[in-house]
Amino acid sequence: MTARARVALKVVVWAACLAPLGVLGYRAFEGDLTANPISFVTNWLGDWTLRILLVSLAMTPLRILLRWSWPIALRRLLGLFACFYASLHFCVWLVLDHFFAWRQMGADIVKRPYITVGMTALLLMIPLAATSTAGAIRRLGGARWRWLHRLVYVVGLCAVLHYLWLAKKANPSPYYYAAAFILLMAIRAWDWTRRRVAAGSPSPRPSPQRGEGA
Amino acid sequence: MLIKRGGEIKSGEITDRALYLNRRAFMAGAAALALAPGVAAAAPPAAGQPLAATHNKAFDLPDATTKFQDATTYNNFYEFGVNKDDPANLAGTLKPRPWKVQVDGLVQKPQTFDVDDVIRMAPLEERVYRLRCVEGWSMVIPWIGFPLSVLLKRVDPTGSAKYVEFSTLVDPEQFPGQKKGFFNFGGLDWPYTEGLRLDEALHPLTLLTVGMYGQVLPNQNGAPIRVVVPWKYGFKSAKSIVRIRLTSDEPKTAWNKAAPQEYGFYSNVNPKVDHPRWSQATERRIGEFRRRPTLMWNGYDQVAGLYSGMDLKKLY
Repeated sequence: MTARARVALKVVVWAACLAPLGVLGYRAFEGDLTANPISFVTNWLGDWTLRILLVSLAMTPLRILLRWSWPIALRRLLGLFACFYASLHFCVWLVLDHFFAWRQMGADIVKRPYITVGMTALLLMIPLAATSTAGAIRRLGGARWRWLHRLVYVVGLCAVLHYLWLAKKANPSPYYYAAAFILLMAIRAWDWTRRRVAAGSPSPRPSPQRGEGA
Repeated sequence: MLIKRGGEIKSGEITDRALYLNRRAFMAGAAALALAPGVAAAAPPAAGQPLAATHNKAFDLPDATTKFQDATTYNNFYEFGVNKDDPANLAGTLKPRPWKVQVDGLVQKPQTFDVDDVIRMAPLEERVYRLRCVEGWSMVIPWIGFPLSVLLKRVDPTGSAKYVEFSTLVDPEQFPGQKKGFFNFGGLDWPYTEGLRLDEALHPLTLLTVGMYGQVLPNQNGAPIRVVVPWKYGFKSAKSIVRIRLTSDEPKTAWNKAAPQEYGFYSNVNPKVDHPRWSQATERRIGEFRRRPTLMWNGYDQVAGLYSGMDLKKLY
């Protein structure tokens, strides 16, 4: 893939990731945020956090299945957008929903499992975002950086559980996200097992490609 | 007599919206008029048309009335779908006429009523009630109806009747949310059933409801006939009722079957008993910014006597 194609691809990702925010802004301007705007905005931002997070987790499986290398170049951008939407989602909860009612929010974080895992996912995203630069990779060393960034699997699990545990039982949509997450992890597990068997050794063969493992 | 409406609504707005939502019913009504001019006077009122009722001041609240637009576009009515806007978007599929309500079980005089005969059973009154959803939001709605006790006394419950079960219509053609399919797994069991203890059902607050905001009940709000039990979470107030059955045992209820540890038979509004997954201490009143504290019994303290001596944490 040429450098120009890579830039074009990133422009497309930027546009696609900002579009939900644009649509939300437009709906706000039109006064079209339903009868319960705070709940609508919270859900909108949460939905898009989960979608972008799952798309970022789909880049490695795409490479495994289709042997494309370009998806790997998009992981960081997608991951940062997921973190961005998660932060907005949190800010709406903090400011609009509870208006800095710290005590009640603190109690909710401890008492409500869906909020506990949601907060965990957000907090774990912060070190990942902070070490997303080339300099951070260099300073940490590739191996350590890759280990750290496997935390994204925990983030994905927490995010999926967050939705599963907050939705009412009759709503099927959290199960779709959970199924997508399981599928993406299964592809990784399958690939890992396959390479281990092929190498005939207890640890997976290091891949020649850049950014393996996350 | 003309009914006083909520202050914020322009009357023109209401009519336009209602006609839009109920175009099918309106056109069916128009067709009926054209075909049978002789029975025009007896034509049943279609959703959105004005419904005369006497305003009952005894239930007036200091709270502002929720906008008609909000109360008719933000609904939980899983028969149409799980999203809040599904009921308003798909409301046209429900045909509220002709409609029968079967009242049977442990009664001396079981009977199947035409809904229009039920409506004429007692003078209609308008009452403004708070509505608190189990999800943590609330509205203030002017309903039109009469106490359910009028209908129950008409069928004469036997001495062994202890509970009342309400069933909502099952018809996937009218209620798309009831269609079986790959995307509808994990849903509720149809029919949607709800229940009350007989003394709760006979309480003067329990309203058999056929209208709101001075109009015939819109389809998305449970047309043509529903109950409103203002001191309980909203899902207890069954909509689009086709059967009322008196029983000796506590009826199985739809949400209790789906998640027994989350939705009890009583489901009285109680800020001190949390839903297992979220707090019930506060609520967001639709149209307001800050959360407000949730009131015990949703502010209807007159029902407290029904539950004296009961452990409200156990019998949630």
